[in-house]
Amino acid sequence: MSAATPASPTVQGSSASTNARRFLKRNAWLLALLVLLAVMLVFTKFIQPDYGPRAFVILVVAALPFAFATAGQTMAIIAGGIDLSIAAMMALISVTAASLMQGQSGEFGIVVVALVLAMGLGVGAINGIAVVFTRVPDIVVTLSFFFIWEGAALMVLDSPGGATTQWLRDLLTGTVGASFIPTGITDWIPKALILLVVGLGAVWIPLKLSRLGLGLYAIGSDKQAAFRSGVPVNRTKVASYALAGLFASMGALALTMNTGNATPIQGPYLMASVAAVVLGGVSLAGGKGGFVGPIVAVFILRLARQDLTFMQVDPNIAQVVEGLIMVSVVLVGAVVALRSKRS
Amino acid sequence: MSTAAQTPTKSSTLSLTGLRNLMRDKPIIPLLILLGVLVLVLEIGWGIVTKETGLLGLNDRWIANIVKFAIPLAILAGAQTLTMITGGIDLSVGVVATMSAFVMATQVPTMDPIFAIPLALVPAALAGLASGIGVGIFRVHPLIMTLAVGLVAEGFLLVYQRTVLGTSARVPEVLSWLGTGRSFGIPNALLVFIPVALFIWYLTKRTGYGRTLYAIGDNEGAARLSGVRVPYVLILLYVISALLAGVGGLVYVGLIKATTLSLAVPLMLPSVAAAVIGGTSIFGGRGGYAGTVVGALILGVLGTLLTLLKMPEGVRGMLFGGIILLVTALYVRITREG
Repeated sequence: MSAATPASPTVQGSSASTNARRFLKRNAWLLALLVLLAVMLVFTKFIQPDYGPRAFVILVVAALPFAFATAGQTMAIIAGGIDLSIAAMMALISVTAASLMQGQSGEFGIVVVALVLAMGLGVGAINGIAVVFTRVPDIVVTLSFFFIWEGAALMVLDSPGGATTQWLRDLLTGTVGASFIPTGITDWIPKALILLVVGLGAVWIPLKLSRLGLGLYAIGSDKQAAFRSGVPVNRTKVASYALAGLFASMGALALTMNTGNATPIQGPYLMASVAAVVLGGVSLAGGKGGFVGPIVAVFILRLARQDLTFMQVDPNIAQVVEGLIMVSVVLVGAVVALRSKRS
Repeated sequence: MSTAAQTPTKSSTLSLTGLRNLMRDKPIIPLLILLGVLVLVLEIGWGIVTKETGLLGLNDRWIANIVKFAIPLAILAGAQTLTMITGGIDLSVGVVATMSAFVMATQVPTMDPIFAIPLALVPAALAGLASGIGVGIFRVHPLIMTLAVGLVAEGFLLVYQRTVLGTSARVPEVLSWLGTGRSFGIPNALLVFIPVALFIWYLTKRTGYGRTLYAIGDNEGAARLSGVRVPYVLILLYVISALLAGVGGLVYVGLIKATTLSLAVPLMLPSVAAAVIGGTSIFGGRGGYAGTVVGALILGVLGTLLTLLKMPEGVRGMLFGGIILLVTALYVRITREG
């Protein structure tokens, strides 16, 4: 931040060029991802010449729960953990939201949204407290909670059901309507995209500016060193899982808003979120990476799925192809992580 | 309370370390005691619910029933035990078992079970090979790798299902005889289970290969430096694990006698729980199959109890997940502080 403000005008020219070079170097992976996304959009336009705002809106709406799940996973992984319970939390929270909203007035929906977000924080915090308290590795603790939250979701609702308030559903579908912007532009701005930016920004920007945000990276990078430099390691760990839970609750809301009801069976969000995090350039070893890469990766993976549909691939085969793509991403990511560890 | 805990008397520390050593070295003894207590509780519960009592209330019908249901679980938990000894885990067992059962059931109408049953194990072996390559060569965390392989295998199963939509699935006589039948009051499934159990026991305790598994789980770097070819060992391990899952699936379908695409998926969590309860460390290097078998029996009794109490399905997941967490936490305390 401070480097970007021209503090000393005399060296401004040269520092701007080194800054640009440094920016390129630091964000090479992200830029490559953006190029990949652009290439895929061109490819999509090629195989589906009438690809337009409508299909784009569908893409973003479908990507929204994946994006929030990935944001939650990123949170846990940056802090040196991993959250295998993310999809189970989403199932639990979405069935809770849908059952609460059933037969209630529209105004009550606001209460439910607030309640559900708080629930996400709480459920995530329980994961974090268990990790800190039991001293069992994150991956085992969150695997246990994978089953616990799934069981809890089945207790709330044993089959798909519940309902969603209409205004919440309207909040997700369609595009932003503003009279002063030409529809040529607003057609390309789905409401879901605004929801995504607001949801991520509301958590990420204050976090990035706070000590907690720095602490997350610190404990993910080296727990011992973080502890010795005065980072409250345990509290930060709990916070990282609580925030993962908060994102899971946003994902759950997106899911409920999209389908209008909820199902206690967890969706494919765990694998997809891990794959997107890896593809997004966040090291599974922790301590590195940001949010933008994984979110771009989510759109790449979702667009790949949409392309398979355009190419009229059988949905079952598409699921296999999607799974294989995710497996290859994780395999390549593991090799890259291994290389960087050796060097 | 807290002050009493801080200043324990000498005898209580002694018994505590004794308990610790017992838990660490011979977990099978406290496990058998736990099993006995649970059977007693179930006994009393059964007596209250049905008001019928046999010899000491022990009803051979439900004992055979628990054993029957525990066998497929114990076989899948065997796969879990082997992978956990190396510090891994196999989260694809549920899908792989289902896959074998489904392939077998859909091939039986057109071919003899003698061919259909080995054929059904081929996709299982392939899934295991994929997991093994991912874990052994690419060094992906086993949890993530096997979860991913399970996801892909599920996709393949869906594709396969569409190609055999016309044929009617059937469970051959042999398997239903094995799965549900009893001879002289003893479940026939033991005919499969005993060789499988002997195989796992022999593999882990009497072969060099088994020793390398423990070595990898204990300290992979040291194992590699002393000449263990870790990638090959792991690839073979995950193939064995998947084959065990396939066999477990075939026995299970003989028991359930209905083929669905989610047949053995509910067994995945209990298989991890059984191995963890049985004293196999999820961090590797410690454990054995005997404990796992007792663990599977404990879960069988516990499951029967839950059914008896008419607990909803979700309680089972919460309970088993909680057990995995608590037992692992307990083992962490015992082995690191003791």
